[in-house]
Amino acid sequence: MKLWTFHGGVHPPGHKRESTLRPVKAAPLPKRLVLPLLQHLGAPAEPAVMVGAEVLKGELIARPGNFVSAPVHAPSSGRVVAIEEFPVPHPSGLSAPCIVIEPDGEERWHPACQAADYRDLEPAEIRERVRMAGIVGLGGAGFPAFIKLNPGRTVKTLILNGAECEPYITCDEMLMRDRPEEVLRGAMVIRRAVQAQHCVIAIEDNKPEAIEALQRTKRQIEEAGDIEIVTVPTRYPAGGEKQLIKILTGKEVPSGGLPIQLGIVCHNIATAAAVHQAVEKGTPLLSRLVTITGSAVAKPRNIEALIGTPITELLNLCGTDFDGLGEIIMGGPMMGIALASYQVPLIKTGNCLLAISRTEIEQRPTVLPCIRCGNCAEACPINLLPQQLYWHARSKDFDKIQEFDLFDCIECGCCAYVCPSSIPLVHYYRFAKSEIRAQQEKKRKADIARERHRKREERLAREKAERKARHARKRPATDENKKAAIQAALERAKAAKKESSPDEV
Amino acid sequence: MLSAALALTLLALVFGLLLGYSSIRFKVEGDPVVDQIDAILPQTQCGQCGYPGCRPYAEAIAAGEADINQCPPGGEQVILALADLLGREPKPLDPERGEEKPPMVAFIDESECIGCTLCIKACPVDAILGAPKMMHTVIADECTGCELCVEPCPVDVISMVPVKEDITHWKWPPPKVANGDSA
Repeated sequence: MKLWTFHGGVHPPGHKRESTLRPVKAAPLPKRLVLPLLQHLGAPAEPAVMVGAEVLKGELIARPGNFVSAPVHAPSSGRVVAIEEFPVPHPSGLSAPCIVIEPDGEERWHPACQAADYRDLEPAEIRERVRMAGIVGLGGAGFPAFIKLNPGRTVKTLILNGAECEPYITCDEMLMRDRPEEVLRGAMVIRRAVQAQHCVIAIEDNKPEAIEALQRTKRQIEEAGDIEIVTVPTRYPAGGEKQLIKILTGKEVPSGGLPIQLGIVCHNIATAAAVHQAVEKGTPLLSRLVTITGSAVAKPRNIEALIGTPITELLNLCGTDFDGLGEIIMGGPMMGIALASYQVPLIKTGNCLLAISRTEIEQRPTVLPCIRCGNCAEACPINLLPQQLYWHARSKDFDKIQEFDLFDCIECGCCAYVCPSSIPLVHYYRFAKSEIRAQQEKKRKADIARERHRKREERLAREKAERKARHARKRPATDENKKAAIQAALERAKAAKKESSPDEV
Repeated sequence: MLSAALALTLLALVFGLLLGYSSIRFKVEGDPVVDQIDAILPQTQCGQCGYPGCRPYAEAIAAGEADINQCPPGGEQVILALADLLGREPKPLDPERGEEKPPMVAFIDESECIGCTLCIKACPVDAILGAPKMMHTVIADECTGCELCVEPCPVDVISMVPVKEDITHWKWPPPKVANGDSA
């Protein structure tokens, strides 16, 4: 297969070997499972259970909030002990609504978890199963997967993303090495759901064992014969959706556009494995592989853990030195977010926990003024001008920064990586993006308030007019009417007198 | 001489007709400046500016009757945007009108509400729900935080609480850079 290349990119040290030397280990059942209602992009899920309820493994405990949302399931059987706010993995360190389950250790399965043969299912049925299994993009973004299974257009190419280009992270690699069959079967299910003509699994060439495992398994599964396994050169961010599409097809997803406009659908390989589990085994998304690594971790490895497991338990399993710990990053060193609180659970999108020692953080270079070298523009895979974005973000010129296509930035961190002054460029872009979103939200609310105020004024005016009209009908106010009314009253009084007077005489 | 005068008169006539026609044909309904000002104002409808709502204030600014620094909920951001739009010098918020506060939302202590409907009548955006002798409640999403309902309450059970920060509305703080980067 002919490969293309994308602009920019960097070659940071991989650090993948550390966590791939040890086999994947299953985490023991924790004492408490904390399940945030928002673990995906979109609206939070809505609780479907009450505090005190007994739940079974795989039982739905929160249903999707609206269309762009994902349900949450009980990762183990037990009792719901709380539905309240707890710290969640988020850069703010804020709390968010969570359902807390105390497992009973019996692992009793919910009867709704039924296996099926995907070949008997219509694409719409597959999508519904994936939707109700709570599957979200497991590569890190967490977009509800069923939406990308419903493209609404002819899909030429289905790309399964196994590039895993970010340093340190190896959960996709270990999944492909240990369970290649699940990945391939998932690919077949997704291919049926989107009716793709062509299916490609793309893997970076620094994972020869994973490529080998997939190729070996492919030969054993007859229907997987036409799935193409493509090795792409290692270069960060080759695993970015738009970059991978460029590498494989030479086409560029337009600014603000989606891959489906090019007839392409892209899913992560871990998402594919989860789709296989959901459709062919009937198991919703209850657990995931997570890489525990970094300079503060003595025995880095990948762990299969239930969603909702406290991250401190996972870090302890790998011998993390909490005394010398500087920070914990969820995700990788390029795009991950530093956690403000460590008392948080593992969520669906948690692919890696990077525990960095204090010594390593102290060695970070100090931030210096920009020298306008332009290295950032050369490294940017989107062909943006990171330096311009930086200046406008600094001066809070949010109109100007959008003219430089801020919202096309994928926050890959290449610019900050090559910056000789170590300026936290991505942080500036995230700051600017959230400010702009907040302004747009404010504008939206102001428009609603304006409309409501206008409607109210209209209503008050109408009510006033109606009251006036009613008044006019009931009590005629003109002078003549008044006179007539007085006259009528006098006559009534006279008549009454006449009737009563004869008796008096 | 005569031909020149004729030519000029003719030209004046033609252009006059053209202008007259276009002023009818391309007539702009309403005052676009008022709309532009109104779009900048926060639509709190609180009346702190001295006008009964955001639109009347916008009309007053456009007419030159009001200054651009009379909107406390809009604060500095609105003053800067208005100054930019109208080509005026920005100035600090008029302290007589009030001060810029973090976003607030009204809250009714429902256990003590007597159901008098006075707050419902005061709310400029119909964001309070209730009926006579029934408890009232604020539709927090629609509340603009104007505080107009606080005063009329005869039992003082309406309070203004800061809008709760949650993870979907959280904003990244600007990077804190200790050394250098001051270019």
